Amino acid sequence: MLPKEYRTISNLSGPLLVVESTENVRYDELVEIELANGEIRRGRVLEITTERALVQVFEGTTGIDLDSTKVRFMGKVLTLPVSKDILGRIFNGRGEPIDDGAPLIPEKYLDVNGYPINPYSRDYPSEFIQTGISTIDGMNPMVRGQKLPIFSGSGMPHNRIAAQVARQATVLGGHEDFAVVFAAMGITFEEAFFFMEDFRRTGAIERTVMFVNLADDPAIERITTPRLALTCAEYLAFEKDYQVLVILTDLTNYCEALREISSARKEVPGRRGYPGYLYTDLATMYERAGRIKGKKGSITQFPILTMPEDDKTHPIPDLTGYITEGQIILSRTLHRKGIYPPVDVMPSLSRLKDKGIGADKTREDHADLMNQLFAAYARGKEAKELATILGEGALSEEDKAFAVFSDRFEDSYVRQGEYENRSVEETLELGWKLLTLIPVKELKRVRDAYVDKYLLPKLSGKKE
Amino acid sequence: MAMKEKIVGTIAKISGPLVVADGMSGAGMYDVVRVGDLGLVGEIIELKGATASIQVYEETSGLKPGEPVESTGAPLSVELGPGLIEQFYDGIQRPLNLIEKAADSPYISRGINVHAIDRSRKWEFEPLVEKGAEVDEGDILGYVQETVLVKHSICVPHGIKGKVKKIEKGTFTVEENIAVISDGGSDSLVTMLRRWPVRTPRPVFRRLAPTVPLLTGQRVIDTFFPLTRGGSACCPGPFGSGKTVIQHQLAKWADAEIVVYVGCGERGNEMTDVLLEFPELVDPRSGHPLMKRTVLIANTSNMPVAAREASIYTGITIAEYYRDMGYSVALMADSTSRWAEALREISGRLEEMPGEEGYPAYLGTRLASFYERAGRSICLGSDRREGSITAIGAVSPPGGDLSEPVSQNTLRVTKVFWGLDANLAYQRHFPAINWLLSYSLYAEKLGEYWDNQYDGEWSGLRTEAMSLLEEEDRLREIVRLVGIEALSRQERMILETAKSLREDFLHQNAFHEIDTYASMDKQFRMLRNIISFHHLCRDALERGSMIQDIFALPVREQIARMRYEDEKKLDRIDALLPQMKKEVEGLLSEGGMGDVA
Repeated sequence: MLPKEYRTISNLSGPLLVVESTENVRYDELVEIELANGEIRRGRVLEITTERALVQVFEGTTGIDLDSTKVRFMGKVLTLPVSKDILGRIFNGRGEPIDDGAPLIPEKYLDVNGYPINPYSRDYPSEFIQTGISTIDGMNPMVRGQKLPIFSGSGMPHNRIAAQVARQATVLGGHEDFAVVFAAMGITFEEAFFFMEDFRRTGAIERTVMFVNLADDPAIERITTPRLALTCAEYLAFEKDYQVLVILTDLTNYCEALREISSARKEVPGRRGYPGYLYTDLATMYERAGRIKGKKGSITQFPILTMPEDDKTHPIPDLTGYITEGQIILSRTLHRKGIYPPVDVMPSLSRLKDKGIGADKTREDHADLMNQLFAAYARGKEAKELATILGEGALSEEDKAFAVFSDRFEDSYVRQGEYENRSVEETLELGWKLLTLIPVKELKRVRDAYVDKYLLPKLSGKKE
Repeated sequence: MAMKEKIVGTIAKISGPLVVADGMSGAGMYDVVRVGDLGLVGEIIELKGATASIQVYEETSGLKPGEPVESTGAPLSVELGPGLIEQFYDGIQRPLNLIEKAADSPYISRGINVHAIDRSRKWEFEPLVEKGAEVDEGDILGYVQETVLVKHSICVPHGIKGKVKKIEKGTFTVEENIAVISDGGSDSLVTMLRRWPVRTPRPVFRRLAPTVPLLTGQRVIDTFFPLTRGGSACCPGPFGSGKTVIQHQLAKWADAEIVVYVGCGERGNEMTDVLLEFPELVDPRSGHPLMKRTVLIANTSNMPVAAREASIYTGITIAEYYRDMGYSVALMADSTSRWAEALREISGRLEEMPGEEGYPAYLGTRLASFYERAGRSICLGSDRREGSITAIGAVSPPGGDLSEPVSQNTLRVTKVFWGLDANLAYQRHFPAINWLLSYSLYAEKLGEYWDNQYDGEWSGLRTEAMSLLEEEDRLREIVRLVGIEALSRQERMILETAKSLREDFLHQNAFHEIDTYASMDKQFRMLRNIISFHHLCRDALERGSMIQDIFALPVREQIARMRYEDEKKLDRIDALLPQMKKEVEGLLSEGGMGDVA
């Protein structure tokens, strides 16, 4: 049966339109809007009463008029057609292929909103992912099924880091199928092109699915783009056993789009004009990461967000930090010093690290070493601050050693090449090597046995 | 309950979790309704004539105007009875394992209707009263052994009293009749299953002031900012400051007999962590798995927002039920900010006039009435048994800024404040409870309690430690401005001891097998040693010792290692006292006397 057509649009405002005298329309239903020139746009029902429906138009309301535009309610929610051939394909933010390839022959259609994973059915993420980046592997280890965002700022190399992670991420000793799902929300063509080129050059494109909404695409589409990507990721992970890494960039643009709709609906705003449900809305995306008992696959999320004015207390990074399992924060100071990747180790954090490292995961000394490096780096930075105020002379011998350590730490541990893929062993050894700069009695966070086993051989080697 | 005509209305409007229904005249405020053809669970939160606004506890996608709404005629209630412990519920008390089974999927699907308490399981009922006894409401009729740790008392239901006409020992399901109580002409059949509306506090005989400490094994809490059985505490802090780890530590090590843990709008993986870890962890007092005394409630951030609002009430009602048996119950809510946001979202959809930051004006009263359900009380029942609920709420202030409404309203009603500090967390000082900001209004009362246990030494030690830390803050400011040289030797000693207090006492590693829990005996000994060492050194400095010599004393290393000492070998901590005396005296005899400054 053909869906009933309405020509009863009574109101247009921002991305929203109101359709009168609707019948049998469901909440959250998919809507097709046919313009006078035949162009078809899509939308969804945001609110519904017995008389009228409030519709959010994905592509925006430009060119829609009240008289000749036709509206059809499709009787289903927005779905994504999926099949195993989806790998290697590029779609726009509405889920239509834009790579000149043949249309996908769907195996099935999936609801893009997904359903919440039952916490009882989850499996706790505990498999270490080696990214080849020391500041992540050594200091903030990531595990499969984690959601670990990059908090960046404009002008910083977050895209290069994300591409490097996508290129290098492996599970130690694993041979499973690995896939990348990439969702671009409101980024520039140049940025999107950078990722496409990088994936193409390294051959990663074969196991990548891209959903691209560029800066000049309709902002409202950005609401669905990440949901399409995550639906695709869920299909690959939990039905086809892939280990999926999802890169979402840039969440800030997503939230702006959400704010636009909220203000068009004249909702009571929360902080800085963002809707009060921003937390819940972000959670419905971030929480789609994870592992499920009895399934081989996993979804690891690596979202990127640029903090307005590098302000961590801005609602977007703030709410994100409350949902995600840690954060990798980039530092402008390190970036200015020319250090790549400019990961600010101190405020960065991986909440799931404790179960992902240790004797049978990475190495027995990993946790102790990590804590020691944190403590030493913190003390070194403190000493250097003191030295800027009072001069080098005010520092004790120990403090001087720590100051030297923190410089060397930034220079050789944090800094690494964009194509340098360090194994976790190499990262750990590098850490111990740097600790030789500090008097042994100051190493309070590592067990004596590990000092004997890993540090002393390096010390004796140094004397020779 | 009197039979009422079934009230069936129709959906008029759908907006997210809020549904408006017409034709609902006769329905009561807060009545539970079944919404739409799927029968989604909802609750009436506003009535205007025959029009009811309903918050729906499940995803509303796919509903349409005209679908039926049926009132159940009863307010949102929880089921209470044997079988609660070790369960893992969602916000409206549906067991998540049964949801998985019913949905046959790892995702939560809709319209699932499962019993909160297993109807088929049989329990061994042991009567405590005999036939012919006179009983009043709240009297214990008998008990079942729910888990190794929990003896589950079956009490006379509220509103029933009289003579026990029949009572039997035997195995029963929760729905089977275990006793008959006759009051004059009318007989009441009693089963083990109770129902209670979650928004109504369960009555007690009399409320009492809390005086007994709730031990948590966390040094910064037990020693510095202690909590009482029946008290209330909040721990606000920005993300990454370790709120959840503190909540988990309390759920693990607090010496409450029952723990109710509410994961309210937080991460799914965290709840999975608790679920996998608690059956493995062993309670240091009983030697049994912690899960044997725990009820978990999880409404993660991506689950429907209205059920998040309900989850806190579900949790506290279960806590009250066990309190009524005379247990000491601890309730952790992580995080109350997410609960408040759920309140805000629903309020916004109702188009209510917003208060501060969009939160409804009644936020303060709702928070206060929740925390007021904590407390120590004499329960109903003629044996006048005593029970308590300790409520600990995490707060997640945006940007860590405590001036926001949820933090401020919480601080007004809770007696203990553990202020979490992002800077401490960056330095990996955990628990990141800032000792200069935090407070406990129970500290003085409990000081008397501990003084009685530890020969009157306790309060003095605590006060001195606090003032040393206070002093450190002032001295560090001076060092920052003019350098360490500006300080006298005594002042440098204060800095050193304060550092020792911070690093060797306050800092506690939740992931270290021994350090994760410290008994009060251990805490007392550790603090005594640190302060005694300070006194010895202070005197030695006065008598002319060099500060470098003191810093080089080998006993300092051992002071730093006290935290890793086994609970069974606390005498080794005691043994440090004579040793430090010997070492310090050794310095003096080496001829420091000549160096009087």
